[in-house]
Amino acid sequence: MTRILQLTLNGRARSDAISENLLLLDYLREAVGLTGTKTGCDGGECGACTVLVDDQPRLSCLTLAAVVDGQRVDTVESLVTDGRLSAVQRGFHEKLGSQCGYCTPGFIMASAGLLRRVPRPSEDEIREALGSNICRCTGYVKIIEAVKYAADLHAAGSPP
Amino acid sequence: MNEMVPAHTIGDYVPLVDGPEKVSGRAKFTADFLVPGMLAGRIFRSPYSHAEILEVDVSEAAKLPGVKAIVTGADCDKGFGVLPIARTEYPLARDKVRYCGEPVAAVAAIDEATAKQAVHLIKLKVRALPAYHTAGAAMAPDAVDLHHHRPKNIERDVFFELGDVAAAFGDADLVREGVYNCPEVCQNQMEMHAALADYDAERERITVHASTQVPYYVHLMLSQILGMDMSRIRVIKPHVGGGFGCRTETLNVELIAALLARKASGCVRIAVNREETFITHRGRPETDVRLRIGMRKDGRITGVECEAIMRGGAHSGYGVVTILYAGSMLYAIYDLHNVKYIGKRVLTNTPPCGAFRGHGTVDVRFAFESLLDDMARALELDPFAVRRANLLPSVPMFTDNDLMVNSYGLPECLDWVERESGWKARRGNMSKGTGHVSKGLGMACSHYISGASKPVNWTGEPHATVKIKLDFDGSIVVLSGAADIGQGSTTLLAQSVAEVLGLDLARLRVVTGDSEVVPKDNGSYSSRVTFLVGNAAIDAANNLKAVLIAAAARKLDAKPDEIECLGELYRAGAQDKGLTFNEVVTEALKDTGTITVTGNYSTIPESHGGKKYRGAAIGGTMGYSYSAQVVEVSVDEETGVVTVDRVWVAHDCGKALNKLSVEGQVQGSVWMGMGQAMSEETAYHDGLLVTANMLDYRVPTIQDSPPIEVGIVESNDPHGPFGAKEAGEGSLAAFLPALTNAIADATGLRFNDLPVTPDRVFAALEKRARGRKSNGA
Repeated sequence: MTRILQLTLNGRARSDAISENLLLLDYLREAVGLTGTKTGCDGGECGACTVLVDDQPRLSCLTLAAVVDGQRVDTVESLVTDGRLSAVQRGFHEKLGSQCGYCTPGFIMASAGLLRRVPRPSEDEIREALGSNICRCTGYVKIIEAVKYAADLHAAGSPP
Repeated sequence: MNEMVPAHTIGDYVPLVDGPEKVSGRAKFTADFLVPGMLAGRIFRSPYSHAEILEVDVSEAAKLPGVKAIVTGADCDKGFGVLPIARTEYPLARDKVRYCGEPVAAVAAIDEATAKQAVHLIKLKVRALPAYHTAGAAMAPDAVDLHHHRPKNIERDVFFELGDVAAAFGDADLVREGVYNCPEVCQNQMEMHAALADYDAERERITVHASTQVPYYVHLMLSQILGMDMSRIRVIKPHVGGGFGCRTETLNVELIAALLARKASGCVRIAVNREETFITHRGRPETDVRLRIGMRKDGRITGVECEAIMRGGAHSGYGVVTILYAGSMLYAIYDLHNVKYIGKRVLTNTPPCGAFRGHGTVDVRFAFESLLDDMARALELDPFAVRRANLLPSVPMFTDNDLMVNSYGLPECLDWVERESGWKARRGNMSKGTGHVSKGLGMACSHYISGASKPVNWTGEPHATVKIKLDFDGSIVVLSGAADIGQGSTTLLAQSVAEVLGLDLARLRVVTGDSEVVPKDNGSYSSRVTFLVGNAAIDAANNLKAVLIAAAARKLDAKPDEIECLGELYRAGAQDKGLTFNEVVTEALKDTGTITVTGNYSTIPESHGGKKYRGAAIGGTMGYSYSAQVVEVSVDEETGVVTVDRVWVAHDCGKALNKLSVEGQVQGSVWMGMGQAMSEETAYHDGLLVTANMLDYRVPTIQDSPPIEVGIVESNDPHGPFGAKEAGEGSLAAFLPALTNAIADATGLRFNDLPVTPDRVFAALEKRARGRKSNGA
């Protein structure tokens, strides 16, 4: 069955005809062409596909596109403002929270969601918020540094 | 006005030059290329571990509307493989299937759903053969051969004895033997395998996007498999989401996509799922190690006898090299003289193993450093003292197996981790944690090569070539085939060229990953890029600098050796107002137009290893990295849960070209070693891979992962680029024994079988408790 999906995607209102069983991940990547959101597993294991739905981190591989009807969906492509990296993006870039870059969009969206809820998270809160995202390059040490630095930048006025 | 100085970044903390793409979602990986009209490819895989193929029936699948092409083993009778001596694997199985999950046929259809439906309609008829899922079963006297050219399922038997091991054990005060088991593990890089193949039927050319570490090998194998002239093939390596060795070999996914694209005369994308990525494998083989060491009372090692048996999987792959590394790399870390090595690489009905970070060295190093720890305890020696008693006497030197060592920072690595961990004061005096928690400290060492000195495909060309283009706009374009897979090689090349020319990184662009544009590179494996390609980049930059200095000299009416290069300013002496970089470029281009220069690097013959046994060249390199680690653990004696509280790691990388990258690489290596040591293991049920997802294949999460403090040791290798050696592999292996040594320190229990899971620890604690009870304790 086909239905019309209406949502606000990365700040823009949009409507698309979708099949009811289409995953949000496939909608974003294959239908819209926003390939920043990554597929890293066969469902709910790695966090690479994390996006924000009404500011809450959500695994787009376990979410039907139809479910986000009427909601706000933000992907990694939404974070750059006026051509400049956001606080979380700058943190991951400058502190090497990203090596190969494949898990990075998921980590960045989960971190952005965290900073929108908790502007100055403790290390425990960072570990908890990123506990279902897998990275295979960094050993996570520099990811934690990246989020702490992002929180500093955010406190100084940079959007998360 | 401030005095102008050349820009420089070598030795600084430098974020990756391609970082903004990665954090903004703009970085394109292979599966991100959406070509209008492209077809979806999907693979039909064998449900059998070992069987003779009687028929592959694709007739029903071919009738399904939307199916554009189907390929089977009948479409390709050429073998592929990474080693020229072992190209015996087919992209799609032909006579036999040899592991559960081996590709048998593939479909290209208008969309994923149709391709999936078509795969379900393919029927495979077979005659079952006995299947062997362990090395022992495959070596049994009555076992049938997986491959006719490998009798008794032995891929390679290695034997050498250098010195007199029996006499050495006679000279020892203590001879001890340990038996170790390291299960199979795999890279599990975050990007699942993908390939995009676009066949141009009009021109008979093909373009393949591949998530590979070695685009050159993909190019070679595509030519072989397709029977196409290499000049008709273009290979593009976009961003690659990690590799850790599994993408060193050309994978069946890339070859099957190309076969489908040609048959469909179109563009085919195969994006396999996580389960298939696990099955494609090329991980570290299960290795059984029997190790015997002789030691004198002062800790000096008199002799070593090591036997390693590897379950290699169903195809040759890198097998010969892996089993050779396991023996040759006993050397070049300690001063050893009487060494016997027996290695067996066995073919089994499991997915093929390959080169995993620390290739061939990790499991033997685990055994070696574990046994040293045991023997130190028995002889009442400090584990650091045992390592120090066996350091290489001086460098430069050659080992007994002819490996050249020119720089050796292991002593400084030991000093750093001993000091920073507070070893002397804390070991043996660890305060007990709360409740039933015991704490302990363990240490170990490891090392690795900076690129194999002899490339796999010996062509007589330089080992590495880099080109630089300079044009009217004053921008410098560095062209390299080196594959950045997240390790930061593109940044390193930019830094190296910019450093020589004294220019800001903003003036440079590095172009990689397209065979149509960049020079061939032997690829990102065995930690070769920094050393070999880095040196080629420096050579290219020096060649460009010479052109620019000559132009400046001409314009300033001076001699070239009077010209001072300050990056953005060239002048003849401090009083000269000089020329801007752009003015020098304009002058340089006058006679020649656009300038391109080439830089090359070749390893020296002395680094090529020896000939004392068959395969002795494996292990030869221009420079060895060294690592020492201390691991602090808490062991909960009620539950068996081991927590790594902190790791101190010192890595001798010669010279840290980019401290940020070195720290990141070393932390990543240590952490990957932690996964192997504590939780990761591929498991099979009757040949079926049952851990083919990230919940059952247990990668440590951020919640499980400790702080890792990195000490950078700079031994300044005389041949390294700016003195550098590798930083991305050498620290992995030491974690495994440092962990089990720490557990032994905390509990007195020694774990020789990996991974050290809570149930294993719990069982050992229970067993000990029962023993104490029965002894009336």
